[in-house]
Amino acid sequence: MTTPIVEVEGISKTFGKTVRALDNVSLEFQPGIIYGLLGPNGAGKTTLIRVLTTLLRPEAGRAMVAGVDVLADPKAARQKIGLAGQFAAVDGYLTGRENVQMVGRLYGLPMAEATARADEVLGRIGLADAADRQVKTYSGGMQRRLDLAASLVGRPEVLFLDEPTTGIDPRSRIDVWELISDLVDGGTTVLLTTQYLDEADQLADRIAVIDEGRLISEGTSDDLKETVGGAVIELSVPADRQDETMEALRRICQAEPLLHEVTREITVPAPDGARTLTEVVRALDAASITPDDIGLHKPSLDDVFLSLTGRPAEADAGDEAAANGSNQRRRRRRP
Amino acid sequence: MTTATAPSKPGRVAASLPQTARDIAVITQRNLLRNVRLPQLIILSTIQPIMFLLLFNYVFGGAIGGTLPEAAGGEYINWLIPGLLVQVAAFGAGQTALGLAEDLSKGVIDRFRSLPMARSAVLAGRTFSDLIRNGFVIGLMLVVGFVIGFRYQTSFAGLVAGLALAMVFSFAFSWIMATIGLIVKNPEAAQQAVFLPVFPLVFASSVFVPTQTMPSWLRAFADNQPVTVTVDALRGLILGDGALLPGNTVEGQVLLSLLYAGAILAVFVPLSVRVYRRTVN
Repeated sequence: MTTPIVEVEGISKTFGKTVRALDNVSLEFQPGIIYGLLGPNGAGKTTLIRVLTTLLRPEAGRAMVAGVDVLADPKAARQKIGLAGQFAAVDGYLTGRENVQMVGRLYGLPMAEATARADEVLGRIGLADAADRQVKTYSGGMQRRLDLAASLVGRPEVLFLDEPTTGIDPRSRIDVWELISDLVDGGTTVLLTTQYLDEADQLADRIAVIDEGRLISEGTSDDLKETVGGAVIELSVPADRQDETMEALRRICQAEPLLHEVTREITVPAPDGARTLTEVVRALDAASITPDDIGLHKPSLDDVFLSLTGRPAEADAGDEAAANGSNQRRRRRRP
Repeated sequence: MTTATAPSKPGRVAASLPQTARDIAVITQRNLLRNVRLPQLIILSTIQPIMFLLLFNYVFGGAIGGTLPEAAGGEYINWLIPGLLVQVAAFGAGQTALGLAEDLSKGVIDRFRSLPMARSAVLAGRTFSDLIRNGFVIGLMLVVGFVIGFRYQTSFAGLVAGLALAMVFSFAFSWIMATIGLIVKNPEAAQQAVFLPVFPLVFASSVFVPTQTMPSWLRAFADNQPVTVTVDALRGLILGDGALLPGNTVEGQVLLSLLYAGAILAVFVPLSVRVYRRTVN
């Protein structure tokens, strides 16, 4: 087994006196993969990225990136990394080429090399035609891609992408996904954060689920899906039979079913797959409850998150507050 | 799980001098390009001081003209221009706070801090580019002054020395503003915050009127604060000894102004670098 390219050990970071942004987080992974940090807003994903990109010092812990101790030698670490933050950190009044060139110069490349490298990266990212235009004329998706180009110009061994698709339209989102996959095929290692389960599922070779500053699970997408014990039953019943149904599900599945406030759909883990489903159908029939819809589905990362944290990963702020009164955190809508 | 240990302090490896100089040049160029590509920025920031010049000259000139020292040659414009050059230097320095706050809020500073560049380059590049920009505005101001009747009373060398002193003052002030911008972080708030030090310093000074008619408590402040000292030094250089308060010499005021600038730099360069290192968005 090769040496891990990123190794995080017992990192803790507290903001102020009480906000525990990271609580003894440890993880490691091999080069050449996409590693996803998955969690809701405020989970600590960005804080971890900031620690690994030398922007923030933790109170405790150790972090190695590409063989460099990030906390002991941040300057050496900066030579090995590229960062694209949550917002496109590009200058609107400069052209695309000038933006990338400047970052190249700041990586220490001589002018001619910075220019050549900028053209190479812009070509790769599909912005060659727009290279001489001022960035303020770019669309939001193009600006994000340019930001990505800038983070690549120094040939980083590890690329850190903080929510690379937040706030861009679905079409550009898929472009960015393809781009990231291509990068990894080219040998770059990528650590990205996301609050979108489908994104982690699609892109990441390994996923760490983070919630309230703690690493609550880690593995491949399939590993994580297995933690929910296989399949999930989804059903909906007439509103007046809901309570009875929930009671029956609790008894049969020995888990707390989740009622979606808006769709009125009930989901519950089915430990024995089809057999559990049969039992549920039988129990409903015995109680003369006719479901409007019922089905067994393969677990998604949503289900993983639910089973790990006891609450859904993605919910609009409104119905989350209704579904879970104690949880005040707001989350962004999916694009 | 291994026991977590507190991370050791990073070795502060200073960047090499050529690298630092190059990084500063890259950032300076970036900031200056903004002024070139968005000319409305520099036009707007030039109009304001020129408006000040015209208003003060034509509104107050007549009333104040008679009370001025001989050295002004009986013309308020001669008295006003050295004062306004320093005012422009102080107001222009406020742009440093705005520029940094904008870069912070856009995430550009995060990018810079994650790059293997000289740590001092972001601040130095910002203050240098603002110095060049302020030099441009100061020059333009002088041209308009000449057009509406300003004449130096000493020598051309005196005028050049005066301009140089205004630039030194502007550069020092930029570092105060850099610290403010990094602490305030939000561009809108920074815009307001820069006025807090600038307004009292510019108005409770000899920029617009001689300090003799101010109440004694205010005069004690006004006569000794850096803006007045610098304005008086400029007046001494441009208009001659007669423009100074009794007992003051041109050399004395110039030296005092340079000392102020040196003291400001000695405090605010390390302070702003420290704040920059710790700034978390």
